[in-house]
Amino acid sequence: MRVYLRVAWLSCRRYATYRAATVAGAFTNTIFGFIRAYVLLAVWHARPHLGGYDATDTVTYCFLGQSLIMVLAIFGGELDLAERVRTGAIGIDLYRPVDFQAWWYAGDLGRGGYQVLVRGLPPFLVGALVFKLRLPQSPTLWLAFAVAVVLALSVSFALRYLVAMTTFWLVDNRGLETLSGVAALFFSGMLLPLVMFPGWLEPTARALPWAAMVQVPADVFLGKHSGVGLVGALAAQAAWALVLLLIGRLVTQLASRRLAISGG
Amino acid sequence: MVEALRCYALVAAAWTRAAAQYRLSLCLMILATLLITGLDFVEILIVFANTGRLGGFTVAEVGFLYGVAATCLGVADLLIGSIERLGDRIRDGSFDAMLLRPAPALALAAADQFSVRRLGKLVQSVGVLGWSLSAVDVEWTPPRAGLLLLMLASGTVIFLAVFVIGAAFQFVAPGGRETMNAFTYGGGYLTQFPLGIYARHVIQLVTFVIPLGFINWYPALHLLGKPDPLHLPSATHYLSPAAAAVLMVVASAAWAAGLRRYRSTGS
Repeated sequence: MRVYLRVAWLSCRRYATYRAATVAGAFTNTIFGFIRAYVLLAVWHARPHLGGYDATDTVTYCFLGQSLIMVLAIFGGELDLAERVRTGAIGIDLYRPVDFQAWWYAGDLGRGGYQVLVRGLPPFLVGALVFKLRLPQSPTLWLAFAVAVVLALSVSFALRYLVAMTTFWLVDNRGLETLSGVAALFFSGMLLPLVMFPGWLEPTARALPWAAMVQVPADVFLGKHSGVGLVGALAAQAAWALVLLLIGRLVTQLASRRLAISGG
Repeated sequence: MVEALRCYALVAAAWTRAAAQYRLSLCLMILATLLITGLDFVEILIVFANTGRLGGFTVAEVGFLYGVAATCLGVADLLIGSIERLGDRIRDGSFDAMLLRPAPALALAAADQFSVRRLGKLVQSVGVLGWSLSAVDVEWTPPRAGLLLLMLASGTVIFLAVFVIGAAFQFVAPGGRETMNAFTYGGGYLTQFPLGIYARHVIQLVTFVIPLGFINWYPALHLLGKPDPLHLPSATHYLSPAAAAVLMVVASAAWAAGLRRYRSTGS
């Protein structure tokens, strides 16, 4: 266990070295937060109670989304795994006396934890200076939100891990990575809250794993779930994380069996 | 100038041949780019599934704003989008190699990693623009069509200038690549909606400071016959070429200043 904590901590430290990029990224997330907030407000001006959200809910949702965008690596990537398979450095990783998938998982949790602070807080705080935003009203809700974000990150990691592992077969997986980023952007509720999706699209999107990434944590944050419903929402997230991580283990076994490293 | 364009074309062609080596991946990338930009328009459609009008504009009218902004951004991005990687080039020292070559650095940096996958963007934007031209309630007389062409040309130049200014900024802050995205992609996103939905100071900002409003908003007010929330004189509708020219001068000054200031990173 200690080795994984160490991996998470070092990954955290590693991302802390890219300071200028962090400031630039947080700035861009904040700008997009503002533009989206005005668009959503214009919609809510016409439809004040759309999908059970009021205007404050939707602006809060918008800035939460911008805060989570890098934490959850919505656009995909943020794992060196694919690049290391391409270059062959993966041979060293497989040789380490640790669990391969858990090693990358720990690293990604460390990355996410760091980005909560530097990419998560700034857009939300700046947004709160200009707009009225809603905060969770009880310590329980804050705790539930923290759990929801960890589970969201787990689902996100499990999906990105699967995409990265395809490099064993595809060599260049960037096309697939971009496609999977598109799916995540749309179905997670990052682009627009899923409550705005018309007709059958909303239940469909909610039934897919990506909903566990933005829509569910945001609903927890806004206090849309309570009691059994809250436990159910978190359990559904956990179930997706577990299933996807298990598929990842299976793929890992298949991949390591067919691996041949060139060079010497 | 001709020499710069020739160098640009040579480098761009080389990168295209390189990308064509992984054909499946290239096809998936073009498809993915088409989908990603398509998503912007899906977003507009979902907004209009919930409301008939956004800031007083119908879906066809917003489609027109989107079509123009996205086409201009698409052309600019296809031509010199790679320049946003300048900071990475400065950091790893490969920009020095560009400076040593007998060709203008701007042409080389712009053609660096030129990627045809960006065509995916353009195809989608032009498609939406084409649809919106017939869907909006406008009679396309020759003067109006002329204004449309003028706005497309000016909008593209404005985005080209924003790309160059963003790249020049990376001479000062090599890690600042994402700041640039706030103005390029952020600018494209901002202008795809009617500016009337934003706060007054936001509209003033993109009119008087960063002239993104001249990409599509002011000419579109005239073409679509909409009121101006800032009540500026109607001559503003025709000022896009002037705004583009001013921004171009600023961009070339910024690039020259950045290049002068550049002292390399290596030994």
